[in-house]
Amino acid sequence: MSTQLLSSTLAGRSSDRSAVALVGVSKVFGRGPDAVHALDKVSLTVAPGEFVCLVGASGCGKSTLLSLAAGLDTPSAGTIDVAGLGSPALMFQDPALFPWLTVAGNVGLPLRLRGMSRVERQARVAELLRVVHLEEFAKRQPHELSGGMRQRVALARTLGLASPVLLMDEPFGALDAMTRDILHDELERIWTERRLTVVFVTHNVREAARLGDRIVLLSSRPGRVVWERPVDIARPRRIDSPEVAAIAAEVTDRLRQEVRRHGR
Amino acid sequence: MAVDITNSLRSAQADSTIAGLDALELAGRRRRLGFGRRLWAGTWPKLIAIGLVVGIWQFAYWAEWKDPWVLPSPTEVGGQLWQFVGQVDFWRGVGTTLGRAVLGFALAAAIGFVVGVAVARNRVLRAAIGSTITGLQTMPSIAWFPLAILLLQLNESAIYFVVVLGAAPSIANGVIGGVDYVPPMLLRAGKNIGATGLKLYAYVIAPASLPAIVAGLKQGWAFAWRSLMAGELLVHIPDTVSLGSQMDVLRQLLDAKGVIAVMIAIFVVGVLADAIFGRVDQAVRRRWGVLEPT
Repeated sequence: MSTQLLSSTLAGRSSDRSAVALVGVSKVFGRGPDAVHALDKVSLTVAPGEFVCLVGASGCGKSTLLSLAAGLDTPSAGTIDVAGLGSPALMFQDPALFPWLTVAGNVGLPLRLRGMSRVERQARVAELLRVVHLEEFAKRQPHELSGGMRQRVALARTLGLASPVLLMDEPFGALDAMTRDILHDELERIWTERRLTVVFVTHNVREAARLGDRIVLLSSRPGRVVWERPVDIARPRRIDSPEVAAIAAEVTDRLRQEVRRHGR
Repeated sequence: MAVDITNSLRSAQADSTIAGLDALELAGRRRRLGFGRRLWAGTWPKLIAIGLVVGIWQFAYWAEWKDPWVLPSPTEVGGQLWQFVGQVDFWRGVGTTLGRAVLGFALAAAIGFVVGVAVARNRVLRAAIGSTITGLQTMPSIAWFPLAILLLQLNESAIYFVVVLGAAPSIANGVIGGVDYVPPMLLRAGKNIGATGLKLYAYVIAPASLPAIVAGLKQGWAFAWRSLMAGELLVHIPDTVSLGSQMDVLRQLLDAKGVIAVMIAIFVVGVLADAIFGRVDQAVRRRWGVLEPT
């Protein structure tokens, strides 16, 4: 609490300059000798409109970090400041659609929970479904769709929160390469059109180089920010371009170096 | 200008790629069969089963395995049943039994639901009575009757007491299981989109546990029906006729034909009620995507 006060008085409200600000965030699960230090004094600032990719080997606390930023869990130490009202939108590898609702029902639920009227909601849902090219499938049930389509429904539902910050936890991890490519294009387009700030967690370094303005590398156990690098490739990008491949190779090398530390 | 055209060309191309991919991914998913075909597919196994039972029965009758007044022929029983169907008293019995079944089941559902929600939400209650509920289920409901009769005398309360004790644990267990096994992902997603506190229960937990609750109700109905039949055989209330009491009276008159005819009526009511629950169960599971359409 005192940290938060200090940073607000010294530097003004951090959300004026950044969309996401993590300062000295630690997270410990359990206590005593069995305690797991998932995150250790992680500090990360994401500028408004920036697309940041977090990469790291398993156990680096990437998902924990997003849960904390989304307000689903509280940090053991440090402060988290995220722009926008309410908690930021969060997407997972699992589309986590509600199977009893139609596609339109799923996309409309956040609006309904906010108390939006039925008429207004219908128009908003139609617009959101157009954004992800699923307007024809409004009346289908989630189980009638393919994995990629479900993930697009989840994206539309998330966009309905109208949060300026989008947190994504390996959202395309379970999809085939072809579908993933297309969703990269879609996400890039939506991010640009809506001027979103995205924090994107992935273990796929090519995906990080394809999408990110910046790649941040987290170490494992405890999770710390150990390295970062801007991705200065003009958009639109292609995942199979030599520029993306070069940066991916660099990140891979750095990641392996980090993993080897644990072998000793 | 040129850039604009290239951009819109690019996005049009992307749109049609997405549409093509969606069409490919959805191709080959089977549609449901027509109503007639489904009806036939559901009916013929049942016809064979009935034919088999009646065939064995008829054979036993011809073989004179038992005396004909103890084991009458299917045609005699059919005639008796036809005669019953024309009598007001028979329908009054059916009415009483169905009324008790519906009321007893509704009571059991209400109590089971309240207990289930309380146990699912409260850790202390769960530790205290969670296992008791499962233990209660192992108790054959007919074993409750002597005590119920002593406590409540020979009247309808005794029957309801046992029906509720038989059915409520299954319903409570359905609710507890449903709440326990809501996928954690759905809870996280629900909280993230703004369903917190009671809203989480209303919009996520309740609908997510509905299939388990329906399964619990279905099982609870089966227990309620069994308990009710046991109760009607044991607890006779003057001036009321029910299927169970009719059957017991016919047994005392050594009327095997009548006993079997009433048994068939009980069987038909049970099968019909089961079919209704089966329908609801299937509809819920299909909507939830748990069941692939056949």
